[in-house]
Amino acid sequence: MATAVEVRDLKAWFGKTEALHGINMAVEQAHATAVIGPSGCGKSTFIRCLNRMHETNPDARAEGEVKVGNADIYDMPAVDVRRKVGMVFQKPNPFPSMSIYDNVAAGLKLNGTRNHKTLDDVVERSLQQSALWDEVKDVLKKKSGASLSGGQQQRLCIARALAVNPEVLLMDEPCSALDPISTAKIEDLIFELKQRLTIVIVTHNMQQASRVAEFTGFFLMGNLVEFDRTEKIFTNPSDKRTEDYITGRFG
Amino acid sequence: MSSGFLQFRRRLVDYAATFTAAFLSAIVVGTLVAIFAYLLIKGAGSVNWAFLTHTPKPVGEIGGGMANAIVGSALILGMASLIGIPFGIGAGIYLAEYGRNRLGAFVRFTADVLNGVPSIVIGLVAYGLVVFTQGHFSAFAGGVALAIMMVPVVARTTEEMLLLVPQAVREAAFGLGIPQWRTTISITLASARAGILTGIMLAFARVAGETAPLMFTALGNQFWSFSPNQPIAAVPLQIYTYALSPYDDWHRQAWAAALVLVALIVGTISLVRFVFARSTLREAR
Ligand SMILES: Nc1ncnc2c1ncn2[C@@H]1O[C@H](COP(=O)(O)OP(=O)(O)O)[C@@H](O)[C@H]1O
Ligand SMILES: [Mg+2]
Repeated sequence: MATAVEVRDLKAWFGKTEALHGINMAVEQAHATAVIGPSGCGKSTFIRCLNRMHETNPDARAEGEVKVGNADIYDMPAVDVRRKVGMVFQKPNPFPSMSIYDNVAAGLKLNGTRNHKTLDDVVERSLQQSALWDEVKDVLKKKSGASLSGGQQQRLCIARALAVNPEVLLMDEPCSALDPISTAKIEDLIFELKQRLTIVIVTHNMQQASRVAEFTGFFLMGNLVEFDRTEKIFTNPSDKRTEDYITGRFG
Repeated sequence: MSSGFLQFRRRLVDYAATFTAAFLSAIVVGTLVAIFAYLLIKGAGSVNWAFLTHTPKPVGEIGGGMANAIVGSALILGMASLIGIPFGIGAGIYLAEYGRNRLGAFVRFTADVLNGVPSIVIGLVAYGLVVFTQGHFSAFAGGVALAIMMVPVVARTTEEMLLLVPQAVREAAFGLGIPQWRTTISITLASARAGILTGIMLAFARVAGETAPLMFTALGNQFWSFSPNQPIAAVPLQIYTYALSPYDDWHRQAWAAALVLVALIVGTISLVRFVFARSTLREAR
């Protein structure tokens, strides 16, 4: 058992409002960790602090310690953090002006990789990993990323994140805009990916959390109420509030 | 029965709205067609080889052409675009990506005011800035005057088009560790380029027909000149001079020049659109 991401006393603000009140969590390497909780409890804010996306909002601020591997991400340039800790968003957001190929290659190309062979290899590998290769291999440079279906777009976004070879992949409700079949594909994918990659996934779907994640954290009003093995959270939670939430008594 | 009446009324309203929209569109298109038709009738007869390849004849002599003015206009517009477009796009980027503050509001306000300043005043400013300091009229001074007019149009359309690019697209780029300046150039700007191009074309077309700002900058010239440092002929200036002259031949040439000017503007815009459409064909949805 090794820790991939260590969070200590993490606080986050939007302007004067404190959205996270001191979170502590140790995210297990090469496993999936689910983050659940009612709307507005700070799930997105929490994972956006893990790759310093939180601070792209001009009046947002964070405090505390987040270690990825052995490095404190707040002591590194933000762009380096985001290459180590990739992100997939709630709504698929491919680059509209780019082909499928360029979408996947963007992270490398725009950070200076010019070698065509390298780019070709990475694009193929990433699309294979995101289970999209067979569907798009004939139209890689002919079709724009925006021309794909919603589910395909989301897998394209996963491929794009994988292309820069991150250690950790953050997913913020990656299936909430998708149909059940696309959702199942993404869940299969998470299963594959977590063999090598650490995954933190926000989901409002508790079945999804129990299917894909070994660990689950329950957030409520900016606090991490309970963090444990997933089956413990869903069968025998220690906190009354967790039990109320998973049995649907509030939220 | 009443539902049948409701349906009838809905259909009637639908027809009426469609008809009104079509009618108003027809007026817009009709005006444009009328202008073109009038120019063609009045000017086409006088557009000939000599008109396109010769310089003006001395006063009183029949014939000659406006070749030097056509080239002059192209040079002035080229310089104006070379200066005005980069400044305009730069200002637009600043406003959209960094300008959510006091300085941004001030720049935005300045651009809007500049947009409303009469072109003859812009000409005076360019006179003061370039002609007065250099001590002579010049093509360059004309280019500066037109560039000043292009900047606010390009800047404001660039800003608006960049703001239309969803924040999610920028976030996707930041999430990949792409620095902000790179994101702006290679992703946001690229996503907005169709709209920005339209803005540039609009600015270009607007200044291409300007006469007043060229009067005391480029000044005009009866002879060939290819130097940015010499007074130079321009089609709008020629039209102005020839249309006010007492000679029938010059009146005919003024019409021909007006036709050529419009054709050049439409031609340039079409060419840019064509090249642009080809370069983005592979992204076709
Ligand atoms: N851009 C923002 N500006 C101000 N407050 C925000 C912003 N985004 C989120 N918040 C607030 O922070 C809290 C946590 O939001 P969020 O992390 O998005 O919740 P979740 O993802 O769990 O639904 C909420 O109270 C929300 O209103
Ligand atoms: Mg959220």
